[in-house]
Amino acid sequence: MIPVAFDYERPDTVDAALALLAEHGEDATVLAGGHSLLPVMKLRLGAPELVIDIGRLADLNYIRVEGDEVAIGAGTRHRDLEASEVLATEVPLLPAVARTVGDPQVRHRGTIGGSLAHADPASDLPAAVLALNGTVVLRSARGERQVPITGFYTGVFSSVKEPDELIVEVRVPRTGAAGWAYEKFTRRSNDWAIVAVAVVDGRVGLVNMGPTPLRASATEAALAEGASIEDAAALADQATDPPADTAATREYRRHLARLLTKRALTTAAGV
Amino acid sequence: MSGNTVKVDITVNGEQTSADVEPRLLLAHYLRENVGLKATNIGCDTTSCGACTVLVDGESVKSCTVLAVQTDQRSVTTLEGLSPEGGELHPMAKAFREEHGLQCGFCTPGMVMAAVSLIEENPNPTERDVREGLEGNLCRCTGYHNIVRAVLAAAGQDPDAEQKREAESDASRTAPGFSTGGAGA
Repeated sequence: MIPVAFDYERPDTVDAALALLAEHGEDATVLAGGHSLLPVMKLRLGAPELVIDIGRLADLNYIRVEGDEVAIGAGTRHRDLEASEVLATEVPLLPAVARTVGDPQVRHRGTIGGSLAHADPASDLPAAVLALNGTVVLRSARGERQVPITGFYTGVFSSVKEPDELIVEVRVPRTGAAGWAYEKFTRRSNDWAIVAVAVVDGRVGLVNMGPTPLRASATEAALAEGASIEDAAALADQATDPPADTAATREYRRHLARLLTKRALTTAAGV
Repeated sequence: MSGNTVKVDITVNGEQTSADVEPRLLLAHYLRENVGLKATNIGCDTTSCGACTVLVDGESVKSCTVLAVQTDQRSVTTLEGLSPEGGELHPMAKAFREEHGLQCGFCTPGMVMAAVSLIEENPNPTERDVREGLEGNLCRCTGYHNIVRAVLAAAGQDPDAEQKREAESDASRTAPGFSTGGAGA
């Protein structure tokens, strides 16, 4: 399968990339690792006139502690999240989630910024960042703004990111020793999750239980009020709107959300 | 839409290659059609099967999901580059031969390249590490058993001993693909 022809630019700096986005906006698409974008373009579900390759911007590739948070450059690959010693101690949920994305070849290319920008509700990292109460840093030629992940997604494959904006950083709180777990259910090991559940510090993020990544708010509230894991997990599918497809019915996904939440909470509690 | 071309300089198996290419040209097609190296197979063309796996700067990638322009000024290694013609077989290729890690052979180039990358990142893998590390490569003959043994052998291990250890250490092992809920507390 061959994508529709496009123009290609590989800017040397973030500012140059932002200038191109400012000029071309909706006609342009940003390419990082390409492991969400290129399949879309090969299937001709997307046909941008201009592809802006930010894959070599070293300025976007870092993981560093800043105060109570860890700042992760948007160009950081899944493989780098997996192998990061900083994350292993400061935010251990993230390397564990990154390790479940696709397969090693995919993780050698895909980036955290790309995964968040693609806004696929079946993706792992958006729900993990949601469970972490992270922040998305967006930059454009107009300036920079920080958007809490809780307000970032607006629907399937869509977010509040404007066409001239680039995700430059993801910020997550240092959770350290707080209990965490990631439970992902797939039929084949390198597939997207049918449903997955990220738990960290009493917060619960759901993968593929609606048009956007969701928090299991009823579960979180019940836990805060002292409910048992069993009772709290039974509420995990409340206020969700899971899709039905060839992999699972809606009701099966609801079942998985409850079951995986129970498992994840149990693991996170060290029970 | 544009028909513009971009000049790329890509080191393939240690040799400089260069061409004016359309930005939409996939690395797999560049290797097969522009450079003429046909070991890299295109299987599913959807980033699933891993038959097109090559190394970019030493790391495994699926060349059906990488643009040739993304590897401009980079170093690409294909199966042909592992074992120089007339020289010794690369230890991984040799292990695949000795353990009979192939049946029809279609997945083999991708399997070998993925395995080389796997050993580079984890020089002492367990059987489980190998099985999980090859999750991105499908063998339609289902010849995984000997492939796993070949990778263990290439890593300097005795496949029989490692498989016995793995079986005994994890009698209640979860079926592949089912999360065991890796976690901390």
